[in-house]
Amino acid sequence: MIMLFNVFRRPTKTSVLKELILKETDDLIIGSLGITAFISLFMGAVVALQTSLNLDNPLIPKSLIGFATRQSIILEFAPTFISVIMAGKVGSFITSSIGSMRVTEQIDALEVMGINPLNYLIFPKIIALLFYPFLIAIIMFVGIGGGYLASVYGNLVSSEDFIIGLQDSFIPWHVGYAFIKTIVFGLILATIPSYHGYYMEGGALEVGKASTTSFVWTCVAIIISNYILTQLLLS
Amino acid sequence: MIQVNDLRKSFGGEEVLKGITATFEKGKTNMIIGASGSGKSVFLKNMLGLFEPDAGEIIYDGEPLHDMEIERKSELRKEMGMLFQHSALFDSMTVEENVMFPLRMFTKMKLPERLARANEILSRVNLIGLNKKMPSEISGGQQKRVALARAVVNNPRFLFCDEPNSGLDPNTATVIDQLIQEITHERKITTVIISHDMNSVMEIGETIVFLKDGKLAWKGTNEEIFRTDNKAVTEFVYSSNLFHKVRIAQNKGF
Repeated sequence: MIMLFNVFRRPTKTSVLKELILKETDDLIIGSLGITAFISLFMGAVVALQTSLNLDNPLIPKSLIGFATRQSIILEFAPTFISVIMAGKVGSFITSSIGSMRVTEQIDALEVMGINPLNYLIFPKIIALLFYPFLIAIIMFVGIGGGYLASVYGNLVSSEDFIIGLQDSFIPWHVGYAFIKTIVFGLILATIPSYHGYYMEGGALEVGKASTTSFVWTCVAIIISNYILTQLLLS
Repeated sequence: MIQVNDLRKSFGGEEVLKGITATFEKGKTNMIIGASGSGKSVFLKNMLGLFEPDAGEIIYDGEPLHDMEIERKSELRKEMGMLFQHSALFDSMTVEENVMFPLRMFTKMKLPERLARANEILSRVNLIGLNKKMPSEISGGQQKRVALARAVVNNPRFLFCDEPNSGLDPNTATVIDQLIQEITHERKITTVIISHDMNSVMEIGETIVFLKDGKLAWKGTNEEIFRTDNKAVTEFVYSSNLFHKVRIAQNKGF
């Protein structure tokens, strides 16, 4: 909390911050699009395949495949599972990049120049990760698309039935719930790895250790907050 | 001028600085020397405000550091340049961007003006044609010169150098020393250099503060250091690499 308080004090020059925010958005969000879309495409396909393989009862409509894919992707897979992957990809990157700056005295250099290093380094990451819901929205589409491709081209269900399932009992609030979770996870992804990088001590070996510790704690925070938010928003 | 009065600092109950009083004069290269573990770096970090002293005061041109509001401290730091032991260049920026960084942060200069100033200072430190290189693509000596250029590009009133010669060959070390001294004289900067390199002490040590076990053991000039009968200083000076090698050479009859 003290770190967060200091992140917003003594702000860096606006023109510099704007550029840093754009750079961080590119590194953290756009740079993650490829791998998360790839995972999402295949996960959506696997969800559809698994649902289809477990549909033994002829009384259950095939459109359930579309319904199950949509619900799995929107409620849990896109916001939570992708956030755990992002804890590994983006979280480790944040910890190691800030940690390396600590080890090589670059943070001291900022401080000596009269710049607030917390604001300069962490604030742009927090703002960049506020765009995280946009990434998750794309992931949702790609995941459902993966389910559609596997179902239709794998002859599990017809295109019409899959789309009927997608539209069946759709509750818009579920998308809102997913985005609220995503915003919270985005803040966790920006702050916990930054904390572990900024306050690390030691050399190169400790940078590696800090990255691992930060991944573990980020995952723990995501999983616990997922439970709390689901209790608060859905039950 | 920087005045330090009775500066004390402890870590975990162990007193590292035991009441140091010293003056660092404007327009001179002031050196802090001493063996490893004598408290030089802790002393410097206290002066820079990176550590909070337990007792004592640091006065910058009549302004006590501990009385300053955080905003005033930030303003003061904009007037400081620091050359770190391992250069501390921003590795995500090119040489040119590193040098322009203080100008970008603290001045209203437009890009062409910043570029002109960066080129001017880079040529001053004899670095031409490396503007677009990343710090990892240049040698240690070149990195030190870029770091020196970054430290002085904004015309600071105070320049701090932590072991500016460590890891450099003798020729490059001499070049760095001379640059620091020239810039100090030209711009009337108060320069404080931490070193345990006797070459540097002889070359540019206009005032010298010798620390031993967290205390000020001796102060004087580079001429006086070879005439002093202070045992601690004599031991330090004559155990240094330079004199050790000269003695070996003499013993071998060279």
